[in-house]
Amino acid sequence: MFDFFKKDKTPSAAEAPEKVAPATWTERLKQGLSRTRSQLGNQLAGLFGGGKIDDDVYEELETILLTSDVGVAATQALLEDIKGRVQRQALSDTSQLKSALKDALMSLLAPLEQPLQTNTKQPYIIMLAGVNGAGKTTTIGKLTHLFQSEGKSVLIAAGDTFRAAAREQLQAWGERNNVHVVASEGGDPAAVIFDAVNSAKAKGIDIVLADTAGRLPTQLNLMEEIRKVQRVIDKAIPGAPHEILLVLDANTGQNAVMQVKAFDDALGVTGLVLSKLDGTAKGGVIAAIAQTRPIPIRFIGVGESIDDLRPFKASEFVEALFE
Amino acid sequence: MLENLSGRLQGVIKTLRGQARLTEDNIADAMREVRMALLEADVALPVVKDFIAQVKERAQGKEVLASLTPGQAVIEVVHQELTKLMGAENVGLNLAAVPPAVILMAGLQGSGKTTTSAKLAKLLKEQKKKVLLVSADIYRPAAIEQLKTLANSLEIDFFDSSNTQKPEDIARDVLVYAKRFFYDVLIFDTAGRLGIDEAMMAEIKALHQQLNPIETLFVVDAMQGQDAINTARAFGETLPLTGIVLTKLDGDSRGGAALSVRHVTGKPIKFIGVSEKVDGLEPFHPERMASRVLGMGDVLSLIEQAQKSVDLEEAKKLADKVKSGKNFDLEDFKAQMVQMRKMGGVGALMDKLPAQMSSGMAGKMNNEDGDKAMRRIEGIINSMTALERRKPEIIKATRKRRIAAGSGVQVQDVNRLLNQFEETQKMMKMFSKGGMGKMMRAMQGKFPGLR
Repeated sequence: MFDFFKKDKTPSAAEAPEKVAPATWTERLKQGLSRTRSQLGNQLAGLFGGGKIDDDVYEELETILLTSDVGVAATQALLEDIKGRVQRQALSDTSQLKSALKDALMSLLAPLEQPLQTNTKQPYIIMLAGVNGAGKTTTIGKLTHLFQSEGKSVLIAAGDTFRAAAREQLQAWGERNNVHVVASEGGDPAAVIFDAVNSAKAKGIDIVLADTAGRLPTQLNLMEEIRKVQRVIDKAIPGAPHEILLVLDANTGQNAVMQVKAFDDALGVTGLVLSKLDGTAKGGVIAAIAQTRPIPIRFIGVGESIDDLRPFKASEFVEALFE
Repeated sequence: MLENLSGRLQGVIKTLRGQARLTEDNIADAMREVRMALLEADVALPVVKDFIAQVKERAQGKEVLASLTPGQAVIEVVHQELTKLMGAENVGLNLAAVPPAVILMAGLQGSGKTTTSAKLAKLLKEQKKKVLLVSADIYRPAAIEQLKTLANSLEIDFFDSSNTQKPEDIARDVLVYAKRFFYDVLIFDTAGRLGIDEAMMAEIKALHQQLNPIETLFVVDAMQGQDAINTARAFGETLPLTGIVLTKLDGDSRGGAALSVRHVTGKPIKFIGVSEKVDGLEPFHPERMASRVLGMGDVLSLIEQAQKSVDLEEAKKLADKVKSGKNFDLEDFKAQMVQMRKMGGVGALMDKLPAQMSSGMAGKMNNEDGDKAMRRIEGIINSMTALERRKPEIIKATRKRRIAAGSGVQVQDVNRLLNQFEETQKMMKMFSKGGMGKMMRAMQGKFPGLR
């Protein structure tokens, strides 16, 4: 999960992220999604090579979408959409199908593109939630870096008091980035985060990132616990947390939809982070999520280094898939 | 677990059962449903295609058509094929090596390697093995710390490594150490890595050569999607895997990844992770799992679990009391609840019961509510004095108020518990005197449908 730290091993690499001229965002995304592209793209290139649009082509398209984790329902909806477009625009050649598919995906994903605005409140409290091993702590590391580079002060609350050494993991991170980590030995996650929020208020910190322990939505007592955390934060600052981010592993299949539903029902999730998009996983489950629970996707993680967390841009995401 | 896959397949099975005659058409319909169910359960598409082809072929074969109940026969075919897909039988760990027997853990980031390592160590320790844990995850901050903490809490020996060392140096040192102190088993945890990360894959390959492990376990998140097939292939090509551990099966994922991974690597699933707690690792039984998927229930696992967690002495004492119908007091009532809880609560029980039974019960109570109610009853009993527990009849209004306040419930709840207990007691007396028949007669009025 934390492999990007291996690049920090050498002393010079510690400040590397600032020094290295950052490649443009599109390029980085393309790099990160290269596997996705080579998986999806190659198949699509063959499909869009020209020829008549017939049932075989649709079936091929269905296969591709299904193997990208788009899910049965969303795949069928997308196919309907594309068929409609083909009919309306009287498309006849498979090469025109590409833009139809692009449009269909865009209309599904564009509403999810809503960047996170952290300037509205001070301190702006962000709570992270997710299943075990989704990448919450890594995302906190990357978010800290992102906000710091925007010139904001950040405080981390180590709310994962359950997993062994979760606190140490965040503290190691905080040291590297010169960020204060509020933590306590064992104890109640709500109390730790409450302390952190109050300390941020006193110190005039801009952003508080509150980590929570990973939990599966079926563990109802743990879901109850995280609701308590939310209530306690609301007591420290009414209206907080201002953003509840659900971290999803791009490797997850259709269960991601269940996760979104469960966490949204419990907490009212305001944004999603899609992590680990640099593997062979295609993250097609976004489409399924967009269809059932359209929650804005705030960030996507496309690599292992600290600055590989980027705002989600639907057009670039779709574009990168097809190049 | 897996309930969505089960639910869908059960729907298919229900319609098939009703068919007097199987035609190509209704088989095709059923297979379409099965295909959708498997895809939604995240089983990889190529695997689904193979599976459907197999089942279809056999469903149209002689054995099914000649059967008197063709619908039933198709279900049998699906069950058999599902079992085959998950592996024929449970395969345990192979530790037949010159000690130390090395177990190497590999997998993606966040799949649960470290937790599984600790669980595995606990399991082996219970089998009287001398186990040593070591972590070569020098990349993720505090990963070594995590395993160390877990090892300490389980009282399992831990070989200290630090993230300034190279994994190969850790491997070399730990081998020497394990040999010198005569460890039976060495569990070697590694960093999570992507199948496409060539440098990292080369590292684990080198580690494998150096350690020459007798078991190389691939740890897979049960929630993984279609990509599981690619990941499994990448790891399977780099490392000679010997088995698979499927983690996080306690979530509501449909566990389709299990089928894909098994299909691609051809290696057996040896364990499944079913809880965050350190004893949440169970041997994998394909046949039982297939039954569970099809909603036939996993009664065997249930019995095993009961044997493991129920205190035999206590159970016997309780049974005697029930038989004699005497002296059954609130203390015993509570003991019953505790036994039930030890077996994983109502939820875990329901999970393993055949679908017909559990769905019937589910109508009456929800798993969580059941567990909650049980905890509440325990709480109420805990607020009673020893005398009250032995002689509940002395509990009158004042005592009730005190008990209610002590356990944080309403007086009505205490009343309800006392009534419930009285009923149970009556039932038991009847049972001991007049046997089953009398009890059934007494229950006539109370349960609709019982005659």
